[in-house]
Amino acid sequence: MAFSVANVRQDFPIFERTIRDGKKLVYLDSGATSQKPLSVIEAESNFYKFHNAAVHRGAHQLAEEATDAYEGARLKVAKFLGADEEQIVFTKGATESLNLIAYAMGNAEPGTRFALTSKDKIVVTEMEHHANLIPWQQLAARTGAQLSWFEVTPDGRLDLSNINAVITENTKVVALTHQSNVLGTIIPLKAIVARAHAVGAVVVLDACQSAPHMPIDVKELGVDFLVFSGHKALGSTGVGVLWSSELDDLPPFLYGGSMIETVTMTAATWAPAPRKFEAGVPNMAQAVGLGAAIDYLTAHGMSNVHDHEMALTKYLIEKLLQVPDLKIVGPTDLDSRGGTVSFTVGEIHPHDLGQYVDSQGVAVRTGHHCAWPLTRKLGVPATTRASIYLYNDESDCDALFDAILGAQKYFA
Amino acid sequence: MELDSLYQEVILDHYKHPLNKGLSETYGAQVHHVNPSCGDEVTLNVTAEGGVINSITWDGVGCSISQASVSIASDLLVNKSFAEADAILDEFTELMHSKGTKQGNPDVLDDAVALAGVSKFPARIKCALLGWMAFKDAAVRIKTTTGGE
Ligand SMILES: Cc1ncc(COP(=O)(O)O)c(C=O)c1O
Repeated sequence: MAFSVANVRQDFPIFERTIRDGKKLVYLDSGATSQKPLSVIEAESNFYKFHNAAVHRGAHQLAEEATDAYEGARLKVAKFLGADEEQIVFTKGATESLNLIAYAMGNAEPGTRFALTSKDKIVVTEMEHHANLIPWQQLAARTGAQLSWFEVTPDGRLDLSNINAVITENTKVVALTHQSNVLGTIIPLKAIVARAHAVGAVVVLDACQSAPHMPIDVKELGVDFLVFSGHKALGSTGVGVLWSSELDDLPPFLYGGSMIETVTMTAATWAPAPRKFEAGVPNMAQAVGLGAAIDYLTAHGMSNVHDHEMALTKYLIEKLLQVPDLKIVGPTDLDSRGGTVSFTVGEIHPHDLGQYVDSQGVAVRTGHHCAWPLTRKLGVPATTRASIYLYNDESDCDALFDAILGAQKYFA
Repeated sequence: MELDSLYQEVILDHYKHPLNKGLSETYGAQVHHVNPSCGDEVTLNVTAEGGVINSITWDGVGCSISQASVSIASDLLVNKSFAEADAILDEFTELMHSKGTKQGNPDVLDDAVALAGVSKFPARIKCALLGWMAFKDAAVRIKTTTGGE
């Protein structure tokens, strides 16, 4: 059963406030970060109020409760992704998850599975967020490996026509986004995973823009690594997820407390995954907040969330296409796309457009959205981006539409 | 509405009809500055003779605030000595950081006082400063290569 947006909105305290002199808050920037339901805010603050202690460390009741809460969150994330608990690593965010993978591979002993040399190739795409591009650029620079990429077609799809030339026998890693944070494009993952695995490469999937919005099953996706950020999925800031079935073969990235098995003055051995990758006292309250977010999403049902967003995306695109001079940057058909829509409006610069619609209470993102190579390739220095979530409805799209028309008058 | 204090007529005028846009063939210094948070870009050519700036030309892409601001700066700072330009630049920078508490002195800043409203929109201050910071950079380069001559 589809849920009621009106009821959902009541769970989010931020929608009680107004914007710019009493206007209704129209939040269309969930691609950057999502709003939080009260249950998440309370889970995080209740951790501090009632259970705060360092996880995995003390011999006292609070430490037990804190550990239970933290490990409980791990279990929730695992179920959310169709994975096993010991395959879930908590990080500070997707950016850290991706850096973790790249740095850990850089730490691999020569000759071992993840070690890269100048004979190897790392493959990315032109659609990547900087967070899934620069760590690989840098790993390539450190190891001498070659970086290559799938190009983007003018309509904002990945060009797989030369897939066998891009992913070759020498390819060790294919790192790519599941859904573009700029265009909303969902990439043809199956074909890429099949080719990558045929040549023995691992696939790293940046699910920042997909995991919060659709049912995800890592076994079905068939990838080897998957990352996302808690704060884009109704959860707290400061917590991210790294899932992998290959953690045992991956060396650690950060060294320190909690990640060891034994330590002497000259050497150390590592705890089994996931602990091996969680050095130091983690962001406990935030992980617990993410657990509450996942409870919230699961209670509504990820399929329902997805259905709602797809219906609303259809409405949003149809509405936007009625605006004179508005061009959608990215796919306009609903096939393989999500609820992130980038566009330009005639000669109005996105920064000016964003400012005007903000004066009407509408929050959108403008700029290159941390994907500068992509916007450059598509020939637009910047775009305006509207991105939706389960708390948006048609009235939000209407408000954006009216605000854009207002901006056209204002800047005429 | 509050927005009108940002988008003054003067600014939209400069945006639509920018002054000194189009790069000169020769220059004492050429600089290229970008605003990495939004992708705005400006290239600035500055020429000076006898310690006086005698030409500022530019090219760029960006929002109305960044483009109008370069246009205004290119008009205001030409035919000034480096010391005078520095003083104007300081006054403008101070205005941008005034959080809406200052109007700006029109005798010094001329059209640039129209940008006073930007100081109430923290995300736009960088836009307004882009061309000015590019000028500052160019001026330093000229001074270090020619000793200001
Ligand atoms: C596709 C994609 N990848 C990676 C990131 C980085 O996420 P975070 O900034 O939360 O680490 C983002 C968010 O900005 C994103 O949209």
